[in-house]
Amino acid sequence: MSIPEDDSSISPSRRRFFQSLSLIPVAAAVGSCDRAGNAPAAAAAEKSYDPRFFTPDEWTFVVAICDRLIPADEVGPGAVDLGVPEFLDRHMQTPYASGAIWYMQGPFLEAAPEFGYQGRLPLREILRVGIAEMDSHCRKAFEGKAFAQLAAAEQESLLEAAQAGSLQFEAISSKLFFAYLLGEVRNGYFADPAYGGNKGMGSWKMIGYPGARADYMDWVTVRDKPYPLPPVDLAGKRG
Amino acid sequence: MTTVKPRVDVVIVGMGWTGAIMAKQLTDAGLAVVALERGADRDTQPDFAYPKVADELEGSVHRKFLQSLSQETVTIRHNPAEVAVPYRQMGSFKPGTGVGGAGTHWSGCHFRALPEDLKLRTTVEKRYGRRFIPEGMTIADFPVSYEELEPHFDHFEYVCGTSGKAGVINGVIQEGGNPFEGSRKRDYALPPNPNYLGAEKFYVGAHNMGWHPYPIPASNASRPYVNPYGCQMGPCNFCGFCSDYGCINYSKASPNICIIPVLRQRRAFELRANAHVQKINLDAAGKHATGVTYLDAQGREIEQPADLVLLCAFSLYNVHLMLLSGIGTAYDPKTGLGTVGRNYSYQNLNRVTLFFDKSVQANAFIGNGGAGTTMDDLNGNQLDAAKSGFVGGGIIWARQPGAGPVRGISVPRGTPNWGTKWKQAITDSFRHSFYFEVQGACMSYRQNYLSLDPTYKDGFGRPLLRMTFDWNENEIKASQFLVSKAQEMSRTLNPLAMVGDAKKDGSHYDVTQYQSTHTCGGAIMGADPTSSALNRYLQSWDVSNVFAIGANAFPQNNGYNPTGMVGALAYWSAKAIRENYLKNPGPLV
Repeated sequence: MSIPEDDSSISPSRRRFFQSLSLIPVAAAVGSCDRAGNAPAAAAAEKSYDPRFFTPDEWTFVVAICDRLIPADEVGPGAVDLGVPEFLDRHMQTPYASGAIWYMQGPFLEAAPEFGYQGRLPLREILRVGIAEMDSHCRKAFEGKAFAQLAAAEQESLLEAAQAGSLQFEAISSKLFFAYLLGEVRNGYFADPAYGGNKGMGSWKMIGYPGARADYMDWVTVRDKPYPLPPVDLAGKRG
Repeated sequence: MTTVKPRVDVVIVGMGWTGAIMAKQLTDAGLAVVALERGADRDTQPDFAYPKVADELEGSVHRKFLQSLSQETVTIRHNPAEVAVPYRQMGSFKPGTGVGGAGTHWSGCHFRALPEDLKLRTTVEKRYGRRFIPEGMTIADFPVSYEELEPHFDHFEYVCGTSGKAGVINGVIQEGGNPFEGSRKRDYALPPNPNYLGAEKFYVGAHNMGWHPYPIPASNASRPYVNPYGCQMGPCNFCGFCSDYGCINYSKASPNICIIPVLRQRRAFELRANAHVQKINLDAAGKHATGVTYLDAQGREIEQPADLVLLCAFSLYNVHLMLLSGIGTAYDPKTGLGTVGRNYSYQNLNRVTLFFDKSVQANAFIGNGGAGTTMDDLNGNQLDAAKSGFVGGGIIWARQPGAGPVRGISVPRGTPNWGTKWKQAITDSFRHSFYFEVQGACMSYRQNYLSLDPTYKDGFGRPLLRMTFDWNENEIKASQFLVSKAQEMSRTLNPLAMVGDAKKDGSHYDVTQYQSTHTCGGAIMGADPTSSALNRYLQSWDVSNVFAIGANAFPQNNGYNPTGMVGALAYWSAKAIRENYLKNPGPLV
């Protein structure tokens, strides 16, 4: 994994994440956190994760793009803090990401956008092919630099272009890639912590979602005060 | 090598609402019934047990409770000149599978059809003249009246523990109900559920507009309840995992909790899950069904002979099986001839979301699928089509089946989709917004129909069903009219912001956006065998020992959810089979 040591585009949460992963021993990583005592950071540091689906280069990309799409800020924790890269790596290994509930037979015809994605790639390959296309585009346009090595503002304008479909990729539509990637990043940010993201139920706490409580009979008609209970997850942990 | 099973009186294809109703009514009459369900067997325990149902990734992304499209789907095109492409990822509509069918993952809205909507063509022609109906619109009367269906509407509501407030009992208007409904013999099985904020605000907005709001009849029990079959339901706890999910609480009516517990104890009833019916077998003349052929869980071909074949699959798949088996003549939009596939219709749905400040506790995560508030002031006879300029009314409602962040959080217009501004917007909106929806009728047209696809095959090598459907001017006008009324009402509530637009002129059917699972028609009931596939008892005109029970029978769709009508039609058909067909098998009309 190539992480530029003193590139200012690397956000604190991304730096923490990579430190916790492999660069230095876990105990030292916790000590070296630039926001020591921050709970999600500590959680990320405690449990390192070795990707099985993504290659090292893809992993670097995934961490960088998660950090751009849902950054850590004053509103709440970022995707990297909450383990969304781990979610993505694990989710890409499920039957769902291999197209288990999609109709995957040909012929594969072009059709108007109202008919949905008509290509032959399952979700995991949409992401894999899209990541390669984005990095290759970046290397051509930014003197050999991969997406993760670009400054935050450059990354953002690339994402805006992909979202609008104005980036010309060879193998896949940049708009399609962006839409599926964003959907997956959001899934990881908000799904139950059992799936690897949303560590400590951080996103649920941010928006005030009680998670898997699923029992509100006593609160249906309460109007004058906010719902008071913190979230619980599928494992029964309280946030 | 086909294994042939011993003959039975009745074979039922599909074990959702209609399959369960027919099995109950016909085993009551002493018949031996085998039900074949393509999906797995399921029940509250263990399949819908807490906490695992409270998992948005499984329920709303992996769509654990819905049909996978990998083996079976449809192809879709906007008009007969286009090449249809497969519905590859689930979007616009969500068929179910497994025991209970879509009756496990529905929401619970449980309406009766309006009397005038059952004779729609006659009503429109009488009031506005024959020429008011646009060229190419193929609406028809249902060949059955509200009065004939009333006992069946009533019975199904009591089977489901439907919670609501009657509007008209024996011709007398009841305070708090829908004053425009058809007269009923008695009130609902249970009183309405409590109102969440949006449902309460709907009353305010509707009164501001001079409308007559009433509680949506919901088959989500508001109290502990025992139905006429002795099946027990518990009160809904507003868990928020309702639409798309199986019920953890025995609260949302389903075949699994309201009917099948009785069937499972009957020796005359046998349920075979993972039994995928491939076709209905006909005799050499093609006039009599001899049974069905299905694949079992191991893929072995099994023939099940039966005297009576009841198609109780999801509406689209009933039509598919009829086309594959050669029951009736396939419809041709060029000539207008043929009956199977014609009059496919849908539902005209649009949403308006209202955003408020943090003092307003809307709590979108609290949810009950069917409950809420609606009104009929722009539906049925209340709508003056001469003024509104379109045929078929609709309702506006407040509903809140429960939302979590994986299912999506609405944000005000202009909010980016990612980054800090998006995070701020979802944090501001999640607990402080609710929505109203417009559910409009959808008329039938000569060019909207179902047929077999010439290219694409399902996982068993059969042609996929092909849907040819697009919005017509009438439905676009209806969407614009009803959404403008919903927006007008919403503005009286002074939200900080509002999002949600009507269909734009010339807009096309978008299969990527969820709208409604109310796919209707394709094998419609009618008075004339040249323009309908089924007679008034849902019996095939062409093969008299085949009945096709479901929303496939609707000549067009009205502004209500179809399940109440579908259940009533099933009981109506079962009564005709018991009282007439069994004595004298053959055409009932």
